[in-house]
Amino acid sequence: MSEATATQDVHVDRVLVSLRDVHRDYPLGAERVHALQGVTLDVERGDYVAIVGPSGCGKSTLLNLIGVIDQPTSGTVEIGGKRVDQMSDWEATSFRLRNIGFVFQRFYLMPILSALENVALPMAEAGFPKEEQRMRAAELLEYVGLSSRERHRPSQLSGGEQQRVAIARALANRPALLLADEPTGELDAHTGAEIISLFQRLNSDGATILVVTHDEELAGAARRKIHMRDGRIVDGAVHP
Amino acid sequence: MRLTLARASLIRHRARTVLAVLGVAVAAAMLLDMVMLATGMRESFRELLVSRGFDIRLAPKGTLPFDTDATIPSVGAVTAVLRSNPDIREISPVLGASIHIPVGPRDVSATILGIDPTVQGDYEFLSGRDVTTPDAMVANDSLIKRLHARIGDTLSVATGYDPQTRTYSGQRKLVLTGRVRFIYGAAEQLSAAVRRETLEDMGDPARRDRASLFMVRVRKGADPDRVRDWIETYIPTVSAISVATAIAQVDQRLSYFRQLAIILGSVSLLVGFLLVTTLVTVSVNERAGEIAVMRAIGVSRTHVVEQIVAEGVVISIVGALLGLALGLVTARYLNGILSTFPGLPMAIDFFLFQPLAAWSALGLLAVSGIAAGIYPAWRAASLPISETLRREAIA
Repeated sequence: MSEATATQDVHVDRVLVSLRDVHRDYPLGAERVHALQGVTLDVERGDYVAIVGPSGCGKSTLLNLIGVIDQPTSGTVEIGGKRVDQMSDWEATSFRLRNIGFVFQRFYLMPILSALENVALPMAEAGFPKEEQRMRAAELLEYVGLSSRERHRPSQLSGGEQQRVAIARALANRPALLLADEPTGELDAHTGAEIISLFQRLNSDGATILVVTHDEELAGAARRKIHMRDGRIVDGAVHP
Repeated sequence: MRLTLARASLIRHRARTVLAVLGVAVAAAMLLDMVMLATGMRESFRELLVSRGFDIRLAPKGTLPFDTDATIPSVGAVTAVLRSNPDIREISPVLGASIHIPVGPRDVSATILGIDPTVQGDYEFLSGRDVTTPDAMVANDSLIKRLHARIGDTLSVATGYDPQTRTYSGQRKLVLTGRVRFIYGAAEQLSAAVRRETLEDMGDPARRDRASLFMVRVRKGADPDRVRDWIETYIPTVSAISVATAIAQVDQRLSYFRQLAIILGSVSLLVGFLLVTTLVTVSVNERAGEIAVMRAIGVSRTHVVEQIVAEGVVISIVGALLGLALGLVTARYLNGILSTFPGLPMAIDFFLFQPLAAWSALGLLAVSGIAAGIYPAWRAASLPISETLRREAIA
């Protein structure tokens, strides 16, 4: 399954993600919220990083900037040696499609599509032939242990199964980086443990993973833990 | 995949989709009916005028045909002048009057036309024998029914009746020889026809050598409007009306109808537009999270818009097609009611289906429905992804 996380158009380099003095401010009424204040961070290929900290400390903002669904107010963000902080909408969309896999707390599967179709969605967008989409989607569902649920709709799956489908979807286009925002947040302890185990298996197969979490067990399973507070990294910025 | 998503999204909210389609169908039906109404009477009137091949009508100066009791004097002289124009092929003088027929103690009154059966263009012969003899009379079914008469019956027909003394004048025995349908007659109008000389001979000597109307056919290739100008120059006692001028006059008289139809048609179009906009807006607001996730995983803004607009396209096209059927049914029903309007020729249709106009109107509705989906779709696809996901998570 190592091919599931092989890079596409991101240059081969030891450091995959590099942030330098990144600030992100939001207007809030007449005031400005400083969500990130001078964050500098490197993530190496094959790393498994957990970003932890209290609510509102800037964890999700950091993940969004790395996921190229938001842009910093200042500072630079590079992924695989490529500046992503000033990309146009079209460039950012195309970059995300081929290089980044997202897993969300609330799964966000398309309720009208089957598990197989949900996994195939990013491949369809990337223009893969239908047969290739179907074969790879089936292969990914098998990898996450859901080969018998290909035809099921999200409403027919449990929370843990839906999250595994979402992980398979995130891996569809063989992204360089897998980002997860509270992936166990909506799951019970037993199901959460299955997802933690799946992330560990993915990482051992070569996937670079960044998770934002409050879940101590999920954070504990990561190779590296970054602590944040008030928009700053207070511990773990430097690779051990 | 985009079409699959669009189809699935519509199926997901079946009740809402059905209601939206019905709403668009009603708007489309109303738009179609208004288009049919705006052009129907005019086109129907034109078809009526040209149906018997007469190109020009001559009425007493300053009047419209059968608008008043006025008549054109010197039928012979007028005919002679008309025959001098080589572009005129056939001339049909018509004299109109009222008749009274006693049926038991009752008096039945009707309109009668004095015509030349060889060139007449006023009625369609149905059965029996035409007015080939001076004592022959043909009548429409309404009159025959009112008289309780049968073909072959001899009737006592008068051109005058005094209700005070219950006396008839200009009375003559005529044989009912045939059944006809009057082309320009109103529904339920009681009408009959005899030879023009028969009518001239009945009573009032002032009616001799007079006509209420001349109908003129021009030679093939001749310009009816040039002939019309020539007639007005050489016969100053008449107003000559070509089909084109008659339609222009009808246009003028029906301008209120047309304006009403245009306003109601525009309202229908606007209703269809707003309906699709509302539906698409509600739909995308409900799916803001889904749309943000699609964008996050790399689905392009254009593809998101295409998928959402496809939903509007399906609603608009299905609604327009249903509206076509609904519009035709309602037009037929309304036409049935309006056709009985007093004084209007039965052959006039208020709602006339003209394929090009109908398809253009429905096409316009479909295009407006498609356009209606573009703005909310583009807005939804342009929402900031991270902000939308954060709001969804809080919600």
